Amino acid sequence: MEIALMYVAGAVLLGLAGVGVGVGVGVLGARFLEGIARQPELLPMLRTQFFIVMGLVDAIPIIGVAISLYIMFAVIGG
Amino acid sequence: MASEKLTSTGYIKHHLQNLTFGQHPDGTWGLAHGADEAKEMGFWAIHVDTMFWSVFLGALFLWLFRKAALRASADTPSGFLNFVEWVIEFIDNNVRSSFSHKNDMVAPLALTLFVWILLMNTMDLVPVDWIPMLASLAGIEYMKVVPTTDPNATFGMAFGVFALTLFYSIKVKGPLGFASELTMQPFQANNPILKIIFIPINFFLEFVSLVAKPLSLSLRLFGNLFAGEMIFILIALLFSGGIVFALAGGVLQWAWAVFHILIVLLQAFIFMILTIVYLEMAHSHH
Repeated sequence: MEIALMYVAGAVLLGLAGVGVGVGVGVLGARFLEGIARQPELLPMLRTQFFIVMGLVDAIPIIGVAISLYIMFAVIGG
Repeated sequence: MASEKLTSTGYIKHHLQNLTFGQHPDGTWGLAHGADEAKEMGFWAIHVDTMFWSVFLGALFLWLFRKAALRASADTPSGFLNFVEWVIEFIDNNVRSSFSHKNDMVAPLALTLFVWILLMNTMDLVPVDWIPMLASLAGIEYMKVVPTTDPNATFGMAFGVFALTLFYSIKVKGPLGFASELTMQPFQANNPILKIIFIPINFFLEFVSLVAKPLSLSLRLFGNLFAGEMIFILIALLFSGGIVFALAGGVLQWAWAVFHILIVLLQAFIFMILTIVYLEMAHSHH
């Protein structure tokens, strides 16, 4: 029972992190493409800003991924 | 590897264990053999591998860039000189575009942070077993190669940046200016009674955002590199599953390493940019 709950916890962590970062980076990428479609000459500047914001958006989900992998493979063991 | 039976859990835990030096419960000083002993050492223990690799890579950075600086001339530069020049111009452009005050320390700080973190992150691309294996041949039980997967290293750097932010906030705005920045916004009022009521609310909001800066700065770097390292270790587990899995593992290691180059560069860059932005915020009046 406890081990099953831990697997569920890891799965929820991984899944919600995926949902969150999918929506976040999706919106970001859409706006980025809109931006360069409107003003292609801004591409270098926008790309830098895009990567900065993507790194910021990415941080919390990737920590979640690390923790969930740690739970599933190192804490439970197999 | 350790002498205990090799399981996948043991393998992962072994890889995530730092080489810890500290005081044993019985009063003697020495290296910890295993996670339990390392835990018993408590706060006053030092991660020898993190210290060694971070200091070594810092020294490597200083040596390389000093060599380039000594050789610099007005002639056509060679390959390595070109690279160093390109890095310095890149940092210079970033600092100029995000930092608008006069401070001679910001650009060198940004350069140091960027190259140092980049070097430390790049250690992640060395296959996970090579250096620990060499170390175990030399009799060292644990070896965690990437300093930035140790929260102690990332928190150390973030606290350094945080201390500079506080120092320049107080130096530029004065103690009173800094205090009023913490208590007089975002809610403002002309009525003195309302002003006093707003002080604790403002202070709470500003204090949280002040403390969140070093916390998010260090956890972001640590989390990204830790996740990358974790996935490398998990893929390395495939090598124990026969020739088919080992081949798949080799391909996966390579694919993840290629993808990881982006994260390695990006996280070093973000740490540098955020440091510049925080120092800019410390210098500017509201």
